[in-house]
Amino acid sequence: MIEYLFDFHGYGPSIMKGALLTIEVGFLALLLSLLLGLIGASAKLSNSKTAKGIATFYTTTIRGVPDLVLMLLIFYGGQVLINSALDWINYDLPEILLKNFDLEVAIELPWINIDQFVAGVGSIGFIFGAYMTETFRGAFMAVDRGQIEAGYAYGMTKWKVFSRIMFPQMMRHALPGLGNNWLVLLKTTALVSIIGLADMVRLASEASKAVHQPFKFFIPVVIVYLLLTSISEWVIKLLERRYSAGVVKG
Amino acid sequence: MEWLEQILASNAIFNLETLSHYGAGLILTVKLVSVALLIGLILSFPLALMRCSDNPFLSKPVWVFTYIFRGTPLIVQLYIIYYGSSFTLQDTIVWPIFKEAFYPALIAFVLNTAAYTTEILRGAIMATPRGEIEAAKAYGMSWWKRTIRIVIPSAFRRALPAYSNEVIFMLHASSVSFTVTLVDLTGAAYDIYSRYYAPFEAFIFVACIYLTCTFSIIYGFKRLENRLMAHLKPAPSN
Repeated sequence: MIEYLFDFHGYGPSIMKGALLTIEVGFLALLLSLLLGLIGASAKLSNSKTAKGIATFYTTTIRGVPDLVLMLLIFYGGQVLINSALDWINYDLPEILLKNFDLEVAIELPWINIDQFVAGVGSIGFIFGAYMTETFRGAFMAVDRGQIEAGYAYGMTKWKVFSRIMFPQMMRHALPGLGNNWLVLLKTTALVSIIGLADMVRLASEASKAVHQPFKFFIPVVIVYLLLTSISEWVIKLLERRYSAGVVKG
Repeated sequence: MEWLEQILASNAIFNLETLSHYGAGLILTVKLVSVALLIGLILSFPLALMRCSDNPFLSKPVWVFTYIFRGTPLIVQLYIIYYGSSFTLQDTIVWPIFKEAFYPALIAFVLNTAAYTTEILRGAIMATPRGEIEAAKAYGMSWWKRTIRIVIPSAFRRALPAYSNEVIFMLHASSVSFTVTLVDLTGAAYDIYSRYYAPFEAFIFVACIYLTCTFSIIYGFKRLENRLMAHLKPAPSN
């Protein structure tokens, strides 16, 4: 019985590799989304009307469209867009330069391939950047303005004010939102299986079609996801405790 | 109608045939999402009350249910139910129902939204002011009466903003149904992409439809909130 339960018909190791890929996609997308979120939040809080407009357009459209549609658009459309851009730069641009400015240049930009991994990480990071923007914006606004002024009054540089005063306090307000976004992001990584990346969901569905035993391959996948979620929740709790040091609860 | 014909004649992709394909996809998406949300909402009221119960035999099973369904991706739940039913129910009387991908997808969506809505309602029920329940008890209301008359209406109001997010989440999440052979909005866009090899037209058009649906949902919930929360609005200043 036990042997039967753990007989994965040779698919076991590859599904575990798929789990590593899921974690990899998740972490890389998280890094990209944090970066985009910080940029987006600073744009939204800046005085420039154009920056504000672009950031608002970004967050509203991204949050109004399913992540899968955006992923399909980036995966299938991104290649077409890059191909035509490269074509223009490599073939049309030298001709235009030759005709109008009498310049003879040979441009040969290397071929860029948007594979499933790049499209998956890029689209998930791009989508969650919009959610992170909103989280960071709220968190930055929650830091008392007087503290920032006090920092400057002490003669701190802009970077010092950011790293010593803004960032540690902003993180306390941002962490619950960040943690939530990460948990949703982790589950969204399952969508990369649709565009053909061999994550654990795709491997499990291929294996179950081949062996005709869906539960055997999907139950380990469920367990891995639940483990990842539980570990994340535990780490988020630890971080929250660390960043709430010195805050008296009312 | 003439202008419509002109617009349709001026491009190769958006003819009447593809537009009706999108239309059919929209109908399937709306059907799937609204039926799933309705059944999920109905299920989540008793589940949330069980989850708030002091009796661990009532609250723990619901906790396990919400933990599993909120901790795993919807697409995994969909695959388990879709492939699982096709391999286990093939020789039973329910097979004619499960043969179509619609019902496995509906079941997956119902269970998923029920899990999320249960947790939303639980939070709202736990936040019921103590005084309201004490007042109901003082009036001699039974548990059942105060749940129906006091706890649920007040919790539902508090849960409304979070529930509107869940509705939008469900609309967006339903796009995975195209992976199990259903032709919903995303499935229609994928068909048109692969027929014309036009990723931008196919997917940006469908993104606009989703965006319109999302904004309508947000607008509808805002109207509903204004109506249900009218008594909580700050008094006019003059």
